[in-house]
Amino acid sequence: MENYLSLFETYNVPAAFWVNIQLSFWAAIWALAIGTVLALFRISPIPSLQLFGAAYVNVFRNTPLTIILAFGFLGLFSVMQISLASDLNASLFRIAIVGLSLYHAAFVCEAIRSGVNTVPLGQAEAARAIGLSFLPAARLIILPQAFRGAIAPLGNVLIALIKNSTVAAAGSVATESSGLMKTMIEFRSDLVIPIFLTFALGFVILVIPIGLLTTWASRKLAVAR
Amino acid sequence: MRTTRYAAAAVAALAALTLSACGGGDSGESEGGDAGGETVRIGIKFDQPGLGYDEGGSYSGFDVDVAKYVAGELGFTEEQIEFVEAPSANRENLLSNNQVDMIFATYSITDTRKETVDFAGPYFVAGQDLLVPTDSDITGPEDLEGKNLCSVTGSTSAQKIKDQYPGVQLVEQPGYAECVTAMGGGQIDAVTTDDIILAGLAAQDANAGKFKVVGNTFSEENYGVGLPKGSDKCEDINAAITKMIDDGAWEEAITKNTEGADYTYNAELNPPTPAPCA
Repeated sequence: MENYLSLFETYNVPAAFWVNIQLSFWAAIWALAIGTVLALFRISPIPSLQLFGAAYVNVFRNTPLTIILAFGFLGLFSVMQISLASDLNASLFRIAIVGLSLYHAAFVCEAIRSGVNTVPLGQAEAARAIGLSFLPAARLIILPQAFRGAIAPLGNVLIALIKNSTVAAAGSVATESSGLMKTMIEFRSDLVIPIFLTFALGFVILVIPIGLLTTWASRKLAVAR
Repeated sequence: MRTTRYAAAAVAALAALTLSACGGGDSGESEGGDAGGETVRIGIKFDQPGLGYDEGGSYSGFDVDVAKYVAGELGFTEEQIEFVEAPSANRENLLSNNQVDMIFATYSITDTRKETVDFAGPYFVAGQDLLVPTDSDITGPEDLEGKNLCSVTGSTSAQKIKDQYPGVQLVEQPGYAECVTAMGGGQIDAVTTDDIILAGLAAQDANAGKFKVVGNTFSEENYGVGLPKGSDKCEDINAAITKMIDDGAWEEAITKNTEGADYTYNAELNPPTPAPCA
C-alpha cells in the first residue's frame, strides 16, 4: 500500500488526466461545429453537398483513429512541416485536437442526423409552407428539435471521445494518461495491476457523470409527440 | 429441438476452447530444460533492427545471435528455440508467469527489476546516446538546449532527458521508427536511446548513410539475460557468454549487426565480464 501511494508522489496522475480533459474539451467543441455543418449538408436539398457529407462520414468513420493521429504526426508535422504553434509540444497538442475533431465530427454528424429523423416530416413541410427557405427552416424548426432528440447519442459520442483522447499518445501527446501509464509501468512493473486499475478508475470517474447527465437531459428535453 | 442443438454446439465450442487452452498450457509446463526434444522459449524484441527484429518469421539481430549461442551451449539446437515477443512493459510478467524461459531484449539489469526477476550476464554494456543526421554538429546532450529530441513514450531514455536536461524539447512517440521518420523530415534534431539500438536503426537499408551515432554515451546500461526468480540456469548462461566472448563469436555478432552504421561500441566497458550469480 505504501508502495502504491508512493507512485503518486513520483508521478502526477491528475495532471495527465487534465491533459485528456483539455484534449476532449477542445475536440468536442470543434467536432460539434464540424458535425453540425456536415449534418446540414446531408439533409440539404443540394446533391453535391449531400454527396460530400456522405463521403466525409464514410471516410472518417471507417478509418482507425490511431491511423489518423499517427498521420497527423508523421504526415502533417514531419513531412509536410505544418506547425500550429511556435512551441513544439503546443503544436503537436493542436494537431492531435485536429485529428480528434475530424474523426469525431463524423459521429456527431450521424448523431444529429438520427435526431433529425425524430422530427416528423410535417414539421419541415409546415416550415416551407410558411415561406422559410432551407437554412432558416433548419435553424428555426428542424435543428432545435433534432438536438433535443439527439442528446443521448451525442452523449455517447462525447464518452467515446474522452476515452479516445488516450490515442493522442500516437500523435505524440505523451503527457496524457496512457503515456504516463506506460512510463509508470516501465519503472514500476511490480505494480502493473494497481497502476492499470488506477487509470481505469480515473476514466470511469470522468465518464459516468456524462452518461448520467445526458440520460437525464435526454428524458427531460425530449420533445413530447 | 433447435435450442438443444444450439446448446450442444455451444458446449462443443466451449470444450474445444478449453482443450486448446490446455494444449497451450501443457507445452508450456513440460519445460524441463536441457533434455533433447524439448523447446526453449526465448523472449526477444520483434521491432528493434540490429538487436531483435522479426523479418517475417525469421529473426535477426545481436540479441538473437547471443540467444542462439547461449541456447546452443545449454544443449538446444536452433530448431528447438521458440522466439516470443517480449515488449519492454511485459518482460517481468512473461518471466514471472513462466511464459518464457529467458529474455534477451535490451534488458538492463536494475535493482528494482532484480526484486521480481533474476539476471545472468551482462553480455553487453550499452549507453544512452544520440542519433543525428550525418551533417549535424550535435556532439552530446549539452548541445540539445532548445533543440527537438525524440524518444519512445515511457522509456528510461525519455525519463532521463526529462530529469537531467529540462531545456530540451522532448517529443515522445510510440516507437523509434516514428522518431527516425520525423528526423528524416527535418522536424526532429536528434533521437535518443541506447547506442546499440541507434546503431541498428542507422544500419537499416532505408536509413543507410543518413544518420550517425554521436558516440558520447551518458549512461551505462548493462544488458542482462532475464530469468525467472530462482532459476538455476544463471551459471551456465554466464559460462556460455564468457565462451562466446573468448572465441570471437561475440565480436563477430556485433560487427555483423551494426554494419553500415559507422558505430563502435564503448571499448572501456565491453566486452563485459558476467557478474557472479546471486
